[in-house]
Amino acid sequence: MPRVKIARKSTATDMTAMCDVAFLLLTFFIMTSKFKADDPVPVAIPSYTKTIVLPEENTATLTVGHGKVFFSVDGDKIRASMLEQVGQLYSITFTPEEKAMFVTLPTFGMDIQQLKPYLDKLITNPEQAKSFQQPGIPLDTVSNQLFNWVREARKADVALNGKALLISIKGDKKEEYPTIGKIIAILQKQKVNKFSLITASKGL
Amino acid sequence: MAELNTGGGGGGHKGGKVRSKKSSTRVDLTAMVDLAFLLITFFMLTTTLLKPKAMDLVMPDKDDHTHDQLPVPATRTMTILLGANDKVEWFIGLPGDQPPTTDNFGKDGLRKALTENSDKVKKSHGGQDMIVIIKPSDHSNYNNLVSALDELNITGIERHAIVDISPVEIELLKRDHNY
Repeated sequence: MPRVKIARKSTATDMTAMCDVAFLLLTFFIMTSKFKADDPVPVAIPSYTKTIVLPEENTATLTVGHGKVFFSVDGDKIRASMLEQVGQLYSITFTPEEKAMFVTLPTFGMDIQQLKPYLDKLITNPEQAKSFQQPGIPLDTVSNQLFNWVREARKADVALNGKALLISIKGDKKEEYPTIGKIIAILQKQKVNKFSLITASKGL
Repeated sequence: MAELNTGGGGGGHKGGKVRSKKSSTRVDLTAMVDLAFLLITFFMLTTTLLKPKAMDLVMPDKDDHTHDQLPVPATRTMTILLGANDKVEWFIGLPGDQPPTTDNFGKDGLRKALTENSDKVKKSHGGQDMIVIIKPSDHSNYNNLVSALDELNITGIERHAIVDISPVEIELLKRDHNY
């Protein structure tokens, strides 16, 4: 009896379609992924059992570490409008170039008086400006700077988006309570009684 | 899965015209697909992991309009003082009513105290729940505050507030070397 030979098929498959899909997905994920901006100070966040996912838009974050406070707001338009308003309060006018530079800053933390020279330096000499250690936004009630930044950011958000800005605090574990307490007091002064603390989630 | 070029080339012709070998246009895509999927996996994982998680914190209104506030018996409140070196002190009622207990964070520390006191208060006040007041001192850190709130969340105590510490309570912490 003759042996029945099974025809051997080639194992090579046409991968063109698969490759197409793979690269399409790859392009999509590369485009949509937003890389987290580096924190100006190293911040180890505390953990909490019941966390919620923070919305991606309409948020402002106060980063606290080593006694310094940094502020960041989502949205280029809000940032531009906020800078203008706060500048007016302290009678500082920013040039369009400075504004454009400010909008690109992910986060900042310095006295308003230092901001204009810093932005100029970023335009003319970015390398030198990058090495500048930001001292944090002053928390004192005399110049009232953090209060005004937060307030103007909230105003800008209401004016531009018609939504209430969600404020979250990202604090370092080892941060002593007075700094956090001061920030909470500043927020409460403008009747922000509900805000979020950025925490990592942990199991029981 | 490298493909060998087995297409009929011009080699078979003897003495005929020399034809250039026609090479196959098929390219091995395996490595490319591998790399693409690796990158996809990386980007997928990083995008989902970067969403910041947060907890909501609601502070009591600092407004002076206190007309709609009802007095509560001091025996229903438990005050937690956050001291230095990750230590806490807690007492029921007003400071001085009973000696404060020094405790630490964790399962057998604050959590146990919270559960026990909550049960006690519920029994003695006809099912009304306990009110917890957290008072962070200047020497406590941010992690202590979050941990304390976390313990409240675990034990299911919903009535709680963060309040500024008073000098009397600082004295208590100082006396027990927790400040």
